Amino acid sequence: MFGLAANPNGHGHNYLLEVSLQGEPDPVTGMVFDLKEIKAVLQREVIEPFDHRFLNHEVPPFDDVIPTTENIARDIWRRIEPQFAARGGRLHAVRLYETPDLYVDYFGEQPCSA
Amino acid sequence: MFRVTRRYRFAASHRLHADALSEEDNRSLYGKCNNPFGHGHNYVVDVSARGPADPDTGSAIDARRLDELVAREVLQPFEHRNLNCDVAAFRNLTPTSENLAVEICRRLKRSWPTVFAGEWPKLEKVRIAETARNIFELDAHEIP
Repeated sequence: MFGLAANPNGHGHNYLLEVSLQGEPDPVTGMVFDLKEIKAVLQREVIEPFDHRFLNHEVPPFDDVIPTTENIARDIWRRIEPQFAARGGRLHAVRLYETPDLYVDYFGEQPCSA
Repeated sequence: MFRVTRRYRFAASHRLHADALSEEDNRSLYGKCNNPFGHGHNYVVDVSARGPADPDTGSAIDARRLDELVAREVLQPFEHRNLNCDVAAFRNLTPTSENLAVEICRRLKRSWPTVFAGEWPKLEKVRIAETARNIFELDAHEIP
């Protein structure tokens, strides 16, 4: 099934994450959401726990869940969606590139037309 | 639901020329793309599929099976070919990237059930970059 990706001691990727929020610009600030806040949320909830880690060993739930790009995208959604929702933001999509030629889009638990 | 996108590349040549138009109108409409001996592109094709992640594998699609399908239906028949001369669909149809997207979509949809037998994953989108600036997207559901 997994080929090279199942080699016993693991392998690495330079993951690239794109996060999209949806909404109307605030009439005062002209912004849908403060980009500094987005950056802080991603840094705290994703970069710090994930960067340079062995996902299977160091980042729950991947001790128990296979860290496919699909499952990582969903886990990132679950980590960050409440952070934006608490600040009035609406997360639209998480796009995770495993390589420049392979990426996954996740839109939350509900089926959603992109 | 996930949308998984895989990127492929092939190089091919084409000439934009509509038989229904005069020589002059073809030159005026298509410009240098109408030059008589054709010209080439390094096409970049993104194929997107939609589906749930399998609970056992954590994957929404087996990318290697998608690779085999795209190689057989698109890359092998198109790579280093003259699309006008070498691809039957373009004998009487101008190989614009719009028409190329339709042809690629048709080919993938036709063989899709032989590779992916279940309800999921479904072919969702084909995106062709003819150059870095000219990009064409087609929703697979629009193609019968």
